[in-house]
Amino acid sequence: MSKRETDEVTGVETTGHEWDGIRELDNPLPRWWLWVFYASVAFAIVYWVLMPAWPGINGYTKGVMGHSDRAQVAQQLQTLRELRGEGAARLTNATLQEIEADPDLQQYALAVGQSVFGDNCATCHGVGGAGAKGYPNLLDDIWLWDGTLDGIHHTLKVGVRAGVEGTRFSQMPAFGRDQLLTSAQVNDLTELVMVLSRGEGDREAADRARPVFADQCASCHGVTGLGDPTQGAPNLTDAEWLYGASREEIRTQIWFGRNGVMPAWAGRFDDETLKALAVYVHANAGGR
Amino acid sequence: MTVVIDRTKPPEGDPAPKGPRSAAARARGKGDAGGGLYKPRAPIYPKLVQGRWRNIKWILLVLTLAVYYVTPWIRWDRPGDLPDQAVLVDFAGRRFYFFFIQLWPQEVYFITGLLVIAALALFLTSALFGRLWCGYACPQTVWTDLYIYIERMFEGDRNARMKLDASPVSFNKAWRKGGKHATWLAVAFGTGGAWIFYFHDAPSLLRDFWVGQAPMTAYVSCAILTFTTYALAGTMREQVCIYMCPWPRIQGAMLDQHSLQVTYRFDRGEPRAPHKKGATWDGRGDCIDCNACVVVCPMGIDIRNGSQLECINCGLCVDACDEIMVKVGRPKGLIAYDTDAAVAARACGEKPVYKLVRPRTLYYAGALALVGGLTLWGLATRSPMDVHVLRDRNPTFVRMQDGDIRNSYTLKIANRTFEPVIAQVAFGGVSGAELKTPGVEVTQGALALTVEPNQVRTVRAFVTAPSASLLQANMPATFTVQAAGATQVVTTSFLSGAANAR
Repeated sequence: MSKRETDEVTGVETTGHEWDGIRELDNPLPRWWLWVFYASVAFAIVYWVLMPAWPGINGYTKGVMGHSDRAQVAQQLQTLRELRGEGAARLTNATLQEIEADPDLQQYALAVGQSVFGDNCATCHGVGGAGAKGYPNLLDDIWLWDGTLDGIHHTLKVGVRAGVEGTRFSQMPAFGRDQLLTSAQVNDLTELVMVLSRGEGDREAADRARPVFADQCASCHGVTGLGDPTQGAPNLTDAEWLYGASREEIRTQIWFGRNGVMPAWAGRFDDETLKALAVYVHANAGGR
Repeated sequence: MTVVIDRTKPPEGDPAPKGPRSAAARARGKGDAGGGLYKPRAPIYPKLVQGRWRNIKWILLVLTLAVYYVTPWIRWDRPGDLPDQAVLVDFAGRRFYFFFIQLWPQEVYFITGLLVIAALALFLTSALFGRLWCGYACPQTVWTDLYIYIERMFEGDRNARMKLDASPVSFNKAWRKGGKHATWLAVAFGTGGAWIFYFHDAPSLLRDFWVGQAPMTAYVSCAILTFTTYALAGTMREQVCIYMCPWPRIQGAMLDQHSLQVTYRFDRGEPRAPHKKGATWDGRGDCIDCNACVVVCPMGIDIRNGSQLECINCGLCVDACDEIMVKVGRPKGLIAYDTDAAVAARACGEKPVYKLVRPRTLYYAGALALVGGLTLWGLATRSPMDVHVLRDRNPTFVRMQDGDIRNSYTLKIANRTFEPVIAQVAFGGVSGAELKTPGVEVTQGALALTVEPNQVRTVRAFVTAPSASLLQANMPATFTVQAAGATQVVTTSFLSGAANAR
């Protein structure tokens, strides 16, 4: 404890601390400062009585005002739902095309769509909608199934191979695994697909595969390999490959015939959410 | 030669002072040297004084209060549904209206500029003229003055008030005290009530307020300001300046020997002593130790102790002393607005020098001019339209079926005017690029976007470029937006995907 002394100029005691020759006066606090402290104590006690405060072994003191953060959140969510009611009604009453043409309603639909997309679709299609191997890119103008606004809306409702009635369905056989074709035939078909898509590959082998293609593939993919969006058969002549563009990947797909699944969302979302989602996906794809 | 003047010690051989004492002296006198662990507030009973500075204070009181109460009621015509209030902080609509100026939240730097200007103006006036703000314009001073005026209406002047406080409980005391507090509360309520009009349309809020339809924030703000006005101007007064306000402590750094302050010219006043009529003035100072300066002080100090932290430079002691000096037939200005340098010079028999132009004032004035100029320049050259372009980054580009590459952008176009504008948006920098956005018509390669008044319109814009024109991975590109006679060009880039293998 350093020495307390009285400052000559002011006649006030110092705290006894000294920093580079500067000493601190020990002036008293104003009395009201003390009252503010007492008021805080009183406030705390009133607060303990009114509000949830003290933890116990089985729960906590609830407070007489019955305040609960959880109940408040539930209440606010309810208010939010009521607030959204108006917008939802507008979505329900408008056709998809009307939603897209009304800038105000479109903004609303895009906002709803973005949030729903992030929660439900982004898992497979990616946050930006760019897809991944096995999961279609939703941003380009290449659509396995119908890429119009109504087509997207329908796909969202019924899903793809979702096991519900009316779902979009098609099935590519596993030509290799199920021994529908020999290994050599599959190899030749792979070369043909390479030639169709980008003019590379063994043309001799491709020519060998043409009758096989006509027999086995053309019914869905078309004689020239342009595909058929009514049955979800991809175009084999473009640069877009759902399961990969390399020779190896193309062969694997012919061998195993993978068929992707997308859930049907009709039972999970209400009408206005499905509409908003369709408008969002359509807009993201450039609105073909 | 430097003269060291010690004004902190009482004059030699001074007996225990008679007559009125300053509140500070009374507080010091109680208890031990430190005044105990907590210091009780010594009540201050400022006496009414007449004079030049008092009159200026009355005029400023009326003016500042008038500005405060009247401003929200000034109407200013704006088109459509926009508010017709000249000064309005519209939180719900996220706009700040000030007559012909309208600020958006993202332009908050103008408010920053205004605050810096206010601070620098305070620095400059303090360096030149001392605590003008504290003494005349600070709300704490203005409302305290108003509250003391009300107190005087009910309880009379200084002596009557001291007598009343010392008297036992009686009907007379009760109604005077009750009336005072009731009027104080009414004024406090009026203060809090006027504040909320700055945040909502005043006439409709006034109606809503009384029928219980106003927003909860209005009631809460009004209640808080009623309480603080009543407490700070009624019961706390000088405590706010001494203990709560940081400015008295900061302003020490702004003042110097040449700053104008309320000053007791000790060179003329000392040695002080009571004076009998007709006695000689030879060999003594002009101060007759009548304590007139002490009893009028709203801060409860004795200005003769020199420049003090508590002193708000209100000039009331100047008026009080001048009155006495005229009565005893001495020249006015024993207490006056003066500088330490001038007083020191006079004490040495030299001619006082006043220096308004000093490095300090030049710096403050320069900084003030700079920030003020920048803020004004910013306001004057503010564009009525604001365009932002955000490139999509997930994914960076999309390859179309025919090999074309598409980039997408989010455009935000803000229309700060009060009329709807049609913004013509064109894309440039990549030859053959096609611009489109769902639901918007494209004419001659440009999007025509209608932006509602005082709104931001957000659209996704898709730009598709043929692969033949994509010469490098990252191509510089521009969006040109024309609206309301103004053109704005925003640079961005177009990623061609050339860096990514197919």
